[in-house]
Amino acid sequence: MTSVATTDLVRGGRSTRTTIALKLTMAVSGLVFVLWVLAHMYGNLKAFAGHDAFDEYAGHLRTMGQPIFPHAGALWIIRAILVVAIVAHVTSAVILWRRAEGARTTRYQVKKNKHSSLSSRTMRWGGLALLLFIAWHLINFSAPRVNVTGGSTADPYDLVVDSFSTWWLTLVYLVAMLALGMHIRHGFWSACQTLGWTSTTRARHRAKSAGIFLAVLIAGGFSLVPIFVLAGVITK
Amino acid sequence: MTLTLKIWRQADAAAEGRLHTYQLDEVSPDMSFLEMLDVLNEQLNAAGEEPVAFDSDCREGICGMCSLMINGEAHGPEVTTTCQLHMRSFADGDTITIEPWRAAPFPVLKDLVVDRSAFDRIIQSGGYISVNTGAAPDAHAIPVPKQNADRAFDMATCIGCGACVAACPNGSASLFVGAKVTHLGELPQGQAERDHRVVNMVAQHDHEGFGGCTNIGECAAACPKEIPLDVISQLNRDLRAAMRHGH
Ligand code: SF4
Ligand code: FES
Repeated sequence: MTSVATTDLVRGGRSTRTTIALKLTMAVSGLVFVLWVLAHMYGNLKAFAGHDAFDEYAGHLRTMGQPIFPHAGALWIIRAILVVAIVAHVTSAVILWRRAEGARTTRYQVKKNKHSSLSSRTMRWGGLALLLFIAWHLINFSAPRVNVTGGSTADPYDLVVDSFSTWWLTLVYLVAMLALGMHIRHGFWSACQTLGWTSTTRARHRAKSAGIFLAVLIAGGFSLVPIFVLAGVITK
Repeated sequence: MTLTLKIWRQADAAAEGRLHTYQLDEVSPDMSFLEMLDVLNEQLNAAGEEPVAFDSDCREGICGMCSLMINGEAHGPEVTTTCQLHMRSFADGDTITIEPWRAAPFPVLKDLVVDRSAFDRIIQSGGYISVNTGAAPDAHAIPVPKQNADRAFDMATCIGCGACVAACPNGSASLFVGAKVTHLGELPQGQAERDHRVVNMVAQHDHEGFGGCTNIGECAAACPKEIPLDVISQLNRDLRAAMRHGH
């Protein structure tokens, strides 16, 4: 992986060792996340059904798949898949990012963007921001759990209400959902393109529309609970 | 028209370059962009200065030699090559910044001239079909459905200018490679080497130091031949097929 012009021809190239293989890794792991956030978003909306429904759902996550799997077994499998996916996604992204930096070592004095979306040009920094957000989000709601109001963290529903009653924390989450929406908007269509599903103009437009639809659905769906908690509709 | 030109000057590959500012009067709107630079060079010659080095050959939009990043746009503001761009696309009093293509695999040789032999090596590694030479076969000996022939032809219009690389924030040549892979992959003659072609061309692309594609789309917007983003999907698809076939 050199960044200087060469004169030699590559012999014995392997498809699995190309930049496209890295992109395929990003596409597949990215689609795993899309499925995951869809399910996660659906679960969050249970907050509208009240305290008991939400906590029951949190409990169901642990008992699902039983008795084929042990207690929380299915949940651990999902967690393992997500960890593998995030490691693959981030590792490929870092390699490709470094390559891109190496491919343009001298910047233009003047450069216009004629066609590209803001989402497409902010995938890397936006992705990094999402990574930080995910870390905080896990600390906030999974382990060790943090209640910024100083209250108890024992009850999932109460923790949600306490967290989003805090205006600045709600703001952090809403900004993160904007970043997530942008990431999905470009990421979804880009994954379709990488998988080779958009080889016609029509298919490309469809994939782009689907990306926008998913972005609005997911970012919007996630934003509902924080907004309605802050507005005092969802209460303890 | 009177123009202020800011042009990248660099004595040779090893030298440090920088933008120089020139004033140019009496530019006709009917001049092509390269004719405008010719006029500048005549004046520089007359003044005993080194003329600005830039690439050109056919000057009719078919060879792909001309390049130039013009005010931050590859081949300037129109969907055409720099040689087919005319000064009527600019206004009197404009300042025009002219830079070479910027990509590590396209090192600057002098001023605005870059070495694009990386593209030659990508073609050498798979952008061909192998046939026995001899008498030309009848044109209709191998039937090609019109749809495929049309698509192959459209993608074959890629002139290898490198604007896609120049415009891409990742410095990727995926549009170029995609155009070649799609062009040959649409034709019966291109099938025998299809898997090897895509793997070898992409491997060479990566080896030259081009970046990976993130489907941003600046390439297709800059392409003077309007090669669409579809070809990058086709490229990825062909690579995935090669992967399945164990290449
Ligand atoms: S794809 Fe378009 S921009 Fe790229 S080399 Fe071919 S003609 Fe030039
Ligand atoms: S000089 Fe041949 S395409 Fe411009």
